[in-house]
Parts: sequence; structure tokens; C-alpha cells
Amino acid sequence: MAADSYDDVAKNKESIPALEVAPQDLYHAKSFWTKYIFCQDAKVIGIQYALTAAAIGMVGLVSSWLMRMQIAFPGVIPMDAAAYYQLVTMHGMIMVVYLLTALFLGGFGNFLIPLMVGARDMVFPYVNMVSYWVFFLAVLILAASYFVPGGPTGAGWTLYPPQAITSGTPGGDGLGIVLMLVSLAVFVIGFTMGGLNYVITILQARTRGMTLMRLPLTVWGIFTATVLALFAFPALFVAGIMMTLDNMLGTSFFMPAIVEFGERLSYDGGSPILFQHLFWFFGHPEVYIVALPAFGIVSDLISVHARKNIFGYRMMVWAIVVIGALSFIVWAHHMYVAGMNPWFGFFFATTTLIIAVPTAIKVYNWVLTLWRGNIKLTIPMLFSIAFIITFVNGGLTGLFLGNVAVDVPLSDTYFVVAHFHMVMGIAPVLVILGSIYHWFPLITGRFLNEKLGRIHFWVTFIGSYSIYFPMHYLGFMGVTRRYFEVFESDNFTYSITGINQFITVAALITGAAQFLFFYNIIVSSKFGKKAGKNPWKACSLEWQTEDVPPTHGNFGKELPVVYRWAYDYSVPGADEDYITQNTPPNAVANAKAEQT
Amino acid sequence: MSNKKESLIGQLTQKPWEPSQVKIDNLHEGKTFNLHVGKLGLRYIMIVSTIMFCLFIVTYADRMVYDDWIRMPEPFLLWINTLILVFSSIVFIRIQLASKNNNFEKVRRELVLIGVLAVIFLIGQLLVWQNMIEAGYYVSGSPANGYFYLFTTLHGFHLLGGLIYWVMTINKVWKLDNIIVRKAKHTLELCAIYWHFLLAVWIVLFGLMLFS
Amino acid sequence: MIVALLVILVTIGSVIFHMWSPWWWSDIASNWVGMDNTIILTFWITGAVFVAIGLFMAYCIWKYKYNKNNKAEYEPENSKLEWFLTIITTIGVIALLAPGLIVWNNFVTVPKGAYEIEVVGQQWLWMYRLPGKDGVLGTTDIKNINDDNPFGLNTNDPHSLDDILIDADDLHILKDQPLKLNLRALDVLHDFYVPQFRAKMDMVPGMITYYWFTPIKTGTFEILCAEYCGTGHYAMLGYVIVDEQEDYDEWLSEQMTFEEILASNGKSDLIKLALNKKND
Repeated sequence: MAADSYDDVAKNKESIPALEVAPQDLYHAKSFWTKYIFCQDAKVIGIQYALTAAAIGMVGLVSSWLMRMQIAFPGVIPMDAAAYYQLVTMHGMIMVVYLLTALFLGGFGNFLIPLMVGARDMVFPYVNMVSYWVFFLAVLILAASYFVPGGPTGAGWTLYPPQAITSGTPGGDGLGIVLMLVSLAVFVIGFTMGGLNYVITILQARTRGMTLMRLPLTVWGIFTATVLALFAFPALFVAGIMMTLDNMLGTSFFMPAIVEFGERLSYDGGSPILFQHLFWFFGHPEVYIVALPAFGIVSDLISVHARKNIFGYRMMVWAIVVIGALSFIVWAHHMYVAGMNPWFGFFFATTTLIIAVPTAIKVYNWVLTLWRGNIKLTIPMLFSIAFIITFVNGGLTGLFLGNVAVDVPLSDTYFVVAHFHMVMGIAPVLVILGSIYHWFPLITGRFLNEKLGRIHFWVTFIGSYSIYFPMHYLGFMGVTRRYFEVFESDNFTYSITGINQFITVAALITGAAQFLFFYNIIVSSKFGKKAGKNPWKACSLEWQTEDVPPTHGNFGKELPVVYRWAYDYSVPGADEDYITQNTPPNAVANAKAEQT
Repeated sequence: MSNKKESLIGQLTQKPWEPSQVKIDNLHEGKTFNLHVGKLGLRYIMIVSTIMFCLFIVTYADRMVYDDWIRMPEPFLLWINTLILVFSSIVFIRIQLASKNNNFEKVRRELVLIGVLAVIFLIGQLLVWQNMIEAGYYVSGSPANGYFYLFTTLHGFHLLGGLIYWVMTINKVWKLDNIIVRKAKHTLELCAIYWHFLLAVWIVLFGLMLFS
Repeated sequence: MIVALLVILVTIGSVIFHMWSPWWWSDIASNWVGMDNTIILTFWITGAVFVAIGLFMAYCIWKYKYNKNNKAEYEPENSKLEWFLTIITTIGVIALLAPGLIVWNNFVTVPKGAYEIEVVGQQWLWMYRLPGKDGVLGTTDIKNINDDNPFGLNTNDPHSLDDILIDADDLHILKDQPLKLNLRALDVLHDFYVPQFRAKMDMVPGMITYYWFTPIKTGTFEILCAEYCGTGHYAMLGYVIVDEQEDYDEWLSEQMTFEEILASNGKSDLIKLALNKKND
């Protein structure tokens, strides 16, 4: 019996009935294959994405240790320049695309979106299932490039032509570059199928009472990131196809007339800068595809663990949307010294510095959420605090690089490497780690070990800060990036050997600490302290399922009905310091939010 | 249900914690658009595809202005293939009319025709390729050649994808005595829209190549 | 308590590291001190923001520690405060952008009368070309590149013959003379960068890029390639030497022109061909 007017609701203090529509046709898996392998349940798909991303991510992580060993202790691990550049390339591509994007959108998106919006599953579960296996295929193709003659491509994750497809670069005249490009194309197809699900589920499959403005910021972050992917991935696809044709069929989309090692090649008329425009039209939104889910998630972590509503929810939503929109008009700040028309420098410097404003607002609001909060220093909260410090650091160095004239001396130096690792490598990864500690009780019904967690946190935070903060200063000195042998100049103010060795040691220690984390996950999933339902006393819907861990269909017989926004923490007058989203008005005594 | 139709931007200025807003929000159905998810999904795919083609077209227009642009000849067969696509769209309009009248026997017949036409089109495109290669217009020849092969390949792959959906569609109307009408009509409509989309994309690409 | 202290430690520690760090840029040897100044201004503004946020956070962590008898404040938003913060952030951003764009405007505006030379990059070495007595660089074409003509000069261009070619050697430039570098790459992307000059620009095959600077100190400076160009990228090193007028003139007189190189290789007939064309 639906209410007809607002007066009816005011008079009638009963709860509003659940949505009267036919329940979603869910595929109920019966066999082992359809329950665990070709599963259509978004929660299982989410875990599949997460495990695959983590597995290939380990390859990326080990690559970085090998790279750092070469930089600081050359010769200890025998490697030649070609192998070094292959490590550099695979590390970069794996981390940005196959780990971070896949984990945030495919992993967190799949697990959390249906639960947080109050749906039973994604709107196209079969397509969702196929999307994971397409991603898996993309990872296999990428991994295959390690085993072809010539090895994987060593063109740098940015894959610039002409070098990416010429013989002076590893993988350039072999299958290495082709497999990379094919893998990326397959990845884009898979993520279009997945993105379809995330966007439409959020838009159309929310439960009764869940307006857009009642969504937790985690959902807003992932939603906006997926919309960005919708517009940005085609550019990567286009660039990849055209480069594959240049390489395999001799077209000249990106290849100008060149003489390589004395030999005139058959290309003519193409533009290397065109590739850069296409790549960065994808590449800049890509970093926001990684950052926006992190922003959304950390807002929720801070809110829950400080027992306080996120400060300025409306501005936070607007900031996410505006950052997403602006991310499409800043791309050429990666090309200030690429040789493009100098007038572009004025435009892109302006737009890039403008994007700093909504980003700063988000930082203020996170910090203002802590102000007058009731802060529990749980491990997720610690990771959130570390996120704020590292993200502010990384974001502020972006202001150096975005200002075109300042980018001239700093571009292609270790300053850039330090900046993007701080803001994309450390900060979002701290959110990922914190959010696993946060949602582990939901996924497994148990807590992760507290002691191990704290050690893991402190080593990771201090360790990773020690890696990248000093690195900025190498950039100031002019130490150029992508050098197999570190160049020690007589003109430098001080030797860079010691600082490079310090950074490498910090990297190895921080890397080792992650094994503590993996051990914790494996052991705690079987023997961890039992958590029960909603152990963090959170308001959002993913904690309000009947079963913990939630089963297929998420919410049991009846979908929840939402009566309030996602942040009713410490509501004055209420008994508890939280009111869940699906608590009806008559169940809350004397709460200020219910006063008419 | 709320009486006011709030624009998307308008919705983002709501204050969800305000008691007056709470009362309105509690009645919200949970949907942003009054569209079936299938239709919205199709639109999503069409948008992604359009952006991809637009990016290719932008690079094409940029490249066209250079000296080394040698035009390709206009094969007659391409016009025939275009007509096949136009005819397919007409057939789909007939299918949609038939489905409106619940005449699923006709729908099934005409869907088979669609499949046949699609295969003829793809074979026709391959024939055009063969003619081009025999006449010496290789893909690595001039940039115009490269784009021709690129555009026809991408369009062709989209059609192949459409054929997968076509199989699902025809499956829904194959057993005439066991048709779930609501679902069949819905799938038919989506298939038809996608076919019209492919025609539109082809007209733009073909037109672009003709006039440059 | 410990957490708050450690947050303060990280914040203040970063500032101390910055002030004490022996790793800093070497003295500038070109006119682009505007870049350095903009960086220093950016440090002040961003440093202030970093410290403010870090210390404020530490304070919140310490003061608002969890107490189950307390409740956090329930304040969904404070529009006034948020707009105020937005406005001062915008002012901060403008304070950084304005000087930066002024410096950039100078960077892209080559002064009249700048001496133009060419730098050619290829895997993995540098070559240079000076305009010679007629003061004009000859035109080139990639089709012309061969063992006798590694720069690809057009032999029928009268300006090419007196161009001074420097191959596999150090570049000398004149102190206090504004210099425009025309940058050309033969195979892949490269970037001609000298940290002490601060300026850089990619070299893109198929086009000619440029930048300008005025060297203000004599000395020997290392050239680093600053755009990944294949397995030898790290080994693509070179030297540029800034000379006073006397030393520069002496060095210049020792260099050979294109005509002289062709002659010494016994390719004088090529010169005759070109000279004939000149007379036509």
C-alpha cells in the first residue's frame, strides 16, 4: 500500500512497504562450475577480479624491486638495458591498468555496488560474468608477452611511437608490442561490458527510497569513474589499433619518415604527437578512474570510524562530478614539452590548476570530518589518515608539474616519478589496504588480525613515504627518469648514490611487509576473530544483509527500504551513535532528523 | 512518487538530511530514468561505439589535409553493400510492425532474411577488399587506404557482434508456440535499434570517404 | 596520542628534510631563473598548505579521540565555510598560475636576433649544425641521408654549403648570447636537456621543435637525453661548453663546413653540381 502524498506519510507512522515489482530473475547456480568459476553472482565476480588483479600485481611489484636493485646496486641482479626497460614498462602498465583499474572497478565495484544500492545483483549478470573472463584473457595475453622471442615490450607504459615499434626498443620488432596492444584492446572490451553493469545498476536498480543523494560516496566514486571509463577507454582502443596497424601492416598513422640505424624505413607522413594526444586523452581520465573510487571509499572509511557524517556531502558529490568532467580537458599537461603548439600550454596549464580546486575541497572536507568527530583509531582509520597525508603531498607536487613553465625543468625527471607514485601508487593503495581491513568482516565474517595489521600499516605508511618523498629532490637536481644506469654528474650538488640506495632499501622493506598482509588474509579467513553482523556499526546497506557473508540475492526475501541518507552518525537525541539507512522513522525515538 | 520531475543537476543540489527532503525521498522508486535497463544498456554501448568512431574520424580529418593523401577509387560494390544495409533497416521496420500486431510467424521469417542479408553484406565487403588488393591498393599504400580498411573492419566487427545478439533474438521467436511475448518484443526492439545504428555509422563513414 | 605525534613528525620532518637537504638543484647557468623563482613560490604556498593540513589533522586526532560517552557533532554541511575555503584555494591557484604563465610566455617567445643552431638527435648520439658565414641554416630532407651526408642537407640549397657540421664531438656555445635551438630527430623521440640550463623540449621525427635560452656562465655541462628513446637512452650523453668570445672564436675556426667535409671525402663533384644549380 503506497502512500499517495507527503501528508499521508506524516500521518501514517508505519514503514513504507518494499518495492512491489517482480523480483529480479537471478540465475541460481547449481554445479561447482557455475557456483565458483562461471559464476554470475557479482560478489564472486568481484573476488575473481580482485584475486586476478592481485596476482598480476605481484608480478608488477616484483618488477619494481628488480628495477630498484638495478638503480641502487647495479650488477647484484644481472640484467641488461633491454631487460630493465621491459621491467619498467610491464611494471607501469600492470600497476595502472591491470591492478588498480581492475581492482577498483571490477573488484570493489562488483562486490559493493549491488549491496550498497540495495539490489540483489548487477542488472546484466551474464554479461558481468563474461566481462571477468575477458579481463582474465587480457591478463593471459599480457603474460604471454613474457614468453615470446624478444620478450615483452620495453617501450615504457606510455608506449610512444616511433620507439615502441622500432628495433631499438625491446619488443619493438617482435611480438612483444603486439601482445601488449592486443591485451589492452581486449581489456577495453571487457571493461565496457563491466562498466555497462556498474553504471546501469547504480542508475536503475536501486531499492525504494534510495535517491542518488542517499548513495554512499563509495558508489558515487565508482560510478563517476565508470562514466569516465566509458568516454576514455575508446581513445586507448583507437590508439592501440592504429599502432598495431602501423607495426604489422606498415601503415603510417603515427610513423613519420625516419632513418633508423642508417636504414630508411618505409613509413611516411604520420604524427607521433597524434598518438600522444590519443593516449593522454585516455591517460589522464585513467588516473581519475583510479583516484575517484579511492576518494569515495576513503570518505566512507573516515565517516564510519570517526562516527561522524562526511562533512559537506553535497560538495563532495559535486567535487567528484566536476573533477570527472574537468579530467577531459587537461590531458596535454603530459605533453608540455612534447613539441606541440606552445599556445596549448597556456590553456592546459589553466585547466590543470583549476582542477586543483575541487580536489582541495575534498581534502578540506575529509579533514573537517575528523574535526569534532569521535575518532576510533582502527586500522581502516589509520590507513585513511595516511591517505590524506600522502594524497595531499602528491596532489601538491602536481601543482608544480601542472604549471607549464615549472614543468619544463622537471618533466621526465624523478620529480614526475615521485609525484605520480605518491598520488597514484601510495595514496589509492593505502585506501585499498584500509578498505580490505574494513570490509573483510563482511566478505568472510571474520576480522583480520589486529596486531599484524598495525605492524603492516606502520611499515607500509612510513616505508612508502620514505621511498617517494626524497625522490622529489632527485628530480630537482635534474636526474632523468628511465635511465638504466644512474647518471652521477659532476655538476650535481651532492652524490645521488646514497639516496638511491636508501630508497631501494625502503622499497624492499615496504614490499616485504605486504607478505604480512597476505599471510593475515589467508590465516584470518579461516581462524580470524568472528565479527558478527555490522561490527563497525555502519549505516550503509551492505552491512544490513540477513546473512554475513551475504549470500546469493544479498538481502533475503525482501529488499530493504531506505529511509535516510548514508551518514546518520551521532544523530543528536538518538540512542545509538548510528542509524542504519533502512531503519524506519518510527523505530528511532526522538531523533532530530525525524522531527517535522 | 514525487510530483516534481527533478533534473539530474537539480537532484545533485538536494539536501538528503533535511526532514522535508526525507519525506519526498522515502517514496522514491530507485530509478533515475523511466527506461528499461536493456534499452539503457544498448544506449551505453552505442555511446561508447560512437565515441570510438568519432575519435577515428577526427584523426582522419586531421590526416586528410596532408600532401600524401591519395584518394581511393569508388567501387560500385560498396554502393550495393550500402543498399543491402538500407534494405535491412527497412526489413527491421517491417519486423517491428509485425511484432506490434503479434504476427510472430512473419517476424521469424523476416529475421531469417536479416541474417541472410548480414552475411551477404559481410561477403560483399570482403569482395571489395579483394578487388582493392588486386588493383594494388594495399593497406600500407596511402593513408586513405589505411583508413578504408580500418573503417570497414571496425564496422564489420560491430555487425558480427550484432549477429550474436541476432541469434538470441531469433531464438526468442523460433518456437512459435512458446513465445514469451513481452521479452520477445523487447529483444526485437533492441536488435532493430542496433541495426539502424549500424546503418547510420556506415552512412557517416562511407559518406566521409566519398567526399574526401 | 602516538598517532598524532607521528603525523606531526611526518609533516615537520618533511619540512626539515626540505630545508636541510643537500640534494638540490645546481646553480642555474641560463637566463631561466624565472622557472626557479616560480618553483620557490610554489614551495612556499604548497608547503604552507601541507603543514596546515598535517598539523590540523594531528590536532583533531589528539583532541577527538573516541569516547563512548561522547557523540560527534552532527553537521552535514557548512556552506559558508566551504565557499570560503574554495575562494582562498582559488586565490592560491591564481597566485601560482599567473607567474608561471608569464615565464611560459617568455619561453615560447624567441627574442629577435637570437643565434639559431640545430641539434640533431638519433639513437644514441648528438650532432650539431651551425649556420656558418651566411647566418642561415640550410634546408634538409630525410631522403638525403647517407654516409656522406649524415645530416641530410639539400646539396642544391646554397645556404647548406657553409653550414658548420659537428659530429661526435662537444658543442660550444657563446656566453651571454641568446640561442635558439632548432631540434630535429632522425628516428625516434629524443629530448635535449641540460639540467643547469633548465630548459628542454622533445625532438620529434617529422617536425622541427625549438626552445631558446641565454647561457650566463662559462663551464662544461652534461647533456642528458630526456625522452625515452630505446635501449641506449641512458647512454646518450654529451657535453656542451659555454665559452667566452675568444675561446669560442678559436673553437669555431677549427670546425669544418659541409663544403669542406665533402671536399675532404673526395666528393667535390657534388659541390660542383650544387654550385652549378646555384648559377642556374
